[in-house]
Amino acid sequence: MFETMTLAALQQYWWIIISLIGAILVFLMFVQGGQTLLFQVAKTEDERTLVVNALGRKWELTFTTLVTFGGAFFASFPLFYATSFGGAYWVWTIILFGFIAQAVSYEYRKKQGNVLGTKVYEFFQIANGFFASFFIGIIVSSFFTGSYFLVDKFNLSAWMAGSYGLELMFNTQNISLGFAIFCLTRVTGAMFLMKYIENKEISERSANQILINGLCFVLFFLLFLGILITKDGFAIDPNTGKMYMEPLKYLHNFMQMPAILAIFLLGVLLVIFGIFKGGIQKSSTAFWITIFGVIPVVFSLFIIAGLNNTAFYPSTYNLESSLTIYNASSSKYTLTIMSYVSLFIPVVLAYIWYIWRVMAKKKINKEELEDTGHIY
Amino acid sequence: MSISDISLVDWSRAQFALTSIYHWLFVPLTLGLSFIMAIMESIYVKTGNEEWRKTTKFWMKLFGINFAIGAATGIILEFEFGTNWSNYSWIVGDVFGAPLAIEGILAFFLESTFIVLMFFGWNKVGKKTHLLSTWLVTIGSILSSWWILVANAWMNDPVGMQFNPDTARCEMVNFWQVAFSPFAIHKFWHTITSAYVVAALFVVGVSSWYLIKKRHESFAKKSILVGAIFGFVATMLVTVSGDTSTFQVAHKQPVKLAAMEGLFIGKTRAPIIALAVLRPNVPISDTVNHFIFKMEMPGMLSKLGYRDKNAFVPGIYDLVYGNQYQGIEPVFKRMERGTIAMIALNKYKEAKEDNDTSEMRLSLAEFRTNYPDLGYAYLDKPEDVVPNIPITFYSFHLMVGLGFYFVILLLVILFFLWRKTLIKRKLILWLAVLTIPLGYIATELGWIVAEVGRQPWAIQDLLTVSKATSHLSTLSVQITFILFAILFTVLFLADIRILLKQIKNGPKE
Ligand code: HEM
Repeated sequence: MFETMTLAALQQYWWIIISLIGAILVFLMFVQGGQTLLFQVAKTEDERTLVVNALGRKWELTFTTLVTFGGAFFASFPLFYATSFGGAYWVWTIILFGFIAQAVSYEYRKKQGNVLGTKVYEFFQIANGFFASFFIGIIVSSFFTGSYFLVDKFNLSAWMAGSYGLELMFNTQNISLGFAIFCLTRVTGAMFLMKYIENKEISERSANQILINGLCFVLFFLLFLGILITKDGFAIDPNTGKMYMEPLKYLHNFMQMPAILAIFLLGVLLVIFGIFKGGIQKSSTAFWITIFGVIPVVFSLFIIAGLNNTAFYPSTYNLESSLTIYNASSSKYTLTIMSYVSLFIPVVLAYIWYIWRVMAKKKINKEELEDTGHIY
Repeated sequence: MSISDISLVDWSRAQFALTSIYHWLFVPLTLGLSFIMAIMESIYVKTGNEEWRKTTKFWMKLFGINFAIGAATGIILEFEFGTNWSNYSWIVGDVFGAPLAIEGILAFFLESTFIVLMFFGWNKVGKKTHLLSTWLVTIGSILSSWWILVANAWMNDPVGMQFNPDTARCEMVNFWQVAFSPFAIHKFWHTITSAYVVAALFVVGVSSWYLIKKRHESFAKKSILVGAIFGFVATMLVTVSGDTSTFQVAHKQPVKLAAMEGLFIGKTRAPIIALAVLRPNVPISDTVNHFIFKMEMPGMLSKLGYRDKNAFVPGIYDLVYGNQYQGIEPVFKRMERGTIAMIALNKYKEAKEDNDTSEMRLSLAEFRTNYPDLGYAYLDKPEDVVPNIPITFYSFHLMVGLGFYFVILLLVILFFLWRKTLIKRKLILWLAVLTIPLGYIATELGWIVAEVGRQPWAIQDLLTVSKATSHLSTLSVQITFILFAILFTVLFLADIRILLKQIKNGPKE
C-alpha cells in the first residue's frame, strides 16, 4: 500500500504524522503545566499530595510521547535530528535536564532517604514544567524564524552561533510562542486538576488559574500569530528547488490550504471556549474542549511550517542550507517501512484511551489514594 | 575548531559512556524484576494466596523506584545521538532511526501505559486484567530491549544497507536483515538474560538478608525460590548466549575478539586464557611475550570462535600488519582503499555539480569498488584499529569468571532450598547478599567489552567515532558532562538510599 506512494507523498505523510505526534505532545504537556501550579492551587501538604498524585499517573504518557516524537523525527527526518539537536545544544540540554528531574521526582518526592528532600523534588517538577513548555515553544517557533546553521555538501551540519541555541531566546516571536505554550499548559493543567481531583479548594483555585493563564496565553499567542502572518517566510521554488524569502508566506500557506485554516480557527475557538467554560463557568468539561482545540492548533502550525513548499527548519545563516521535508528526510524505503509501523499508532491510542477511562472511573481524593496503595 | 578535534571526541564519548553506564545500572533490575513480579503475580492469581500478592507488591514497589531513574537516563541516551553525535545521526539515521522509533511506538508505550494500571489498578480492575497488565509491562520491556539492541547490534554489524553517494549516507535496503540480524539476536539474548541474572541475584540477595535477620521469613522464602530458579535458568542462558556471541564477534569483529582474549599473534588451536596478567605498555608490534603470567586452555578459543579446535584465530598482529598465509590484508591496504573511496566520492559530488555525467559514472564506479573500507580513510595509522586491550581483556575475563561463579552459587542455593536447610547456611546467605553488586559489575563489564572492544568504530569499518561527533565547542560538552555527572550521581545515591530504606522496612504485614 505505501510502496506505491511517491517519495514526496511519503515525505508529506510523515510530516503529517510528526505534526500529529507534536500536537499530542503539546496536549499531554498539561502534566508540565500542572506541575508549575503545584504551589498555586495546593496550599496544604495534603492538597499537594493530591495534585502530585493526579499528575503522577500521567507523567509517563507525556514522557513516552516525547521519546516517540524524538524517535519518529529521527527515523523520518534525520537531518533535522542531526541539525537541531546537535546545534541548538543548550536548548535541548535544558529540556532534557528537566525531564531527568521530572522522571524521578514523583517516585522520590515523599520516600524516606531521598537525599534531597521533598521540596527539591517539588522544585524539580516546577522546573521541568517551565523549561519543557517554554523551550519546546521556542524550538517550534524557530521553525518559522530560522536558526543559524550551515549544511555542507555531504549533508553534515554545523551550528554557526557559539551560544548553541541560547540565541533563539533573543527573538520576540520565539519568546512569545515560548510563553504562549507555557501558559497554555498551565491552562490545560489547571483544567485537568479541576476535572480529576475531588477537592473544592483545588477546583476553585484551578478555575482562577485557568482565567489568568488563559488571558496570558491569548495575549502571547496573538503576538506570535500577528508576527507570523505578517512576516516573510522561507519558501521553496517548486521548479528549481531553490530557497527564497516569500513575503507573507505563512499567511499564504493558510490561504492556500483552507482546510488547515479551518482546522486552525476551529481549534483556536475551542481553546477560547474552553477557557471560558473552565475559568468562568468552572465546568469540568473544559478540559476536553480545550484539548480538542489544542491538538488542531498545534497540528496546523506544524503543517504551515512544513507543507506547501515551505522550509520547516530554515537557516538564517545560509538560505540554501534550510531543511525541507524533501531534503531532510529518510529514504523512500525507510519511510515506507516506517509508514507501516505508523499503522500501529491507532492501536496505541486505543489502549491509552482504555486505561485513561479505567483510571478516571473515580475522582482522586484521600480515600482513593489510600485504596490504590501506591502513593507519590 | 576541527571536527576531528580529539578532546571533543573524548568528551563526547565520556558523556555517552557516563549516561550508558548509569542507564545500565537501573535497567537490568527493571527488566528482570518485571518478569519476576509477573511470575509471582501469576502464582497469586492461580493460588489465591494473599502472601503471594504481598510478595508481588513489595517487589513492585522496588521496581517503581528503579523504573523512574531508568527512564530518566534512557531518554538522555536517545537524544544524545542527536546532541552529541549529529554527524552520526545523519550518516546512519536512515537505518538507525527506525528501530528507535519502533521502540517508542511498539514497545515503550506498552510498558509505560500498562505500568499505570499495574501500580494503581489493583482495586480498579479484576485480578486477571491486572495480571495481564503486569505481563504487558514485561512484554513491553522485552520488546523495548529488542529494538534498542537491534540498533546497537547494527553498529557492530551494519547489514541491510547501502551507502548512497548522492545523500552521503547509509540507507536501509532490507529492514528484515536489520531487524533480525544474527548479531542482534545473540546480543538480545545475552543482554536480556544478563539483566535477568542481575535481578535474580538482587531478589535472592535481599531475601537472604531477611533470612539472616529472621524477618519476613515466609515472604523471603517465597521470593528466594522464584529468584533462584529464575536466576539459575538465566545464568545457563547467559552462558550459552555468551558462547554464541563470541562466535558472532569472531566472524564480524575479529580485532575485538583478539583484544578480549589477548591474542597478539594468531594461531591454530588458539587457547582461552583462564587467568593472566598483561605486561603493561608493550606496543602491539613487539613480538615479545605480552604477559607477565598466564594460564591457558589450548584450542578452546578456536572452538569458541570457529567451532573447530584446530581453526586459525587471527591475532592482533595479523589483523593490523596482515598475514599472507591466512589471506589477511594489512590495515594500511584498507586505509588506501578507504582514501580512494573518499576521493572518488568527492569527485562524484563535484562532477554532479558540474553536470559531468561521464566523470560521475567513473568516480561512482571507483567509489563502489572501494567503499567497504570507507571508514579506514579516517584512520591516522594502522594501529588505530586496535581497541584498548587491557580494558577489553580484563573486563571480558571478569565477566566470564563471574558468570561461572553465579552458576555455582545459584546451584548451591537451590540445593539447600531443596534440602530445606538454606536458612541455617549463614555463610551462603551472606555470600548471596554480597553477590548483589557482583551481578551489576558483570553486566556493566559486558557492555565495556562490547563497546570499548569495537573502538575506534562508531559503525564497524564505515565510520569512526572521531568523524561522528556534533560540531560543538569542547567547552559546551565539558560543562554538560560535569552537570550530568553531578545530577546522575546524586540521583543514583538517592535511588540506592530509597531502595535500602524500603528493603529495611520490608513488605507490609
Ligand atoms: C559466562 C560466560 C560469558 C560469556 C562467554 C560471555 C561473552 C560475551 C561476549 C563475547 C560479549 C561481547 C558481545 C559483543 O561485543 O557484541 C559479551 C557482552 C556482554 N556480556 Fe557477557 N559473557 C558471559 C557472561 C556474562 C554474564 C554473567 C553477564 C552478566 C550478568 C554478561 C553480560 C554481558 C553484557 C551486558 C554484554 C553487553 C551486551 C552484548 O554485547 O551482548 N555476560 N559477553
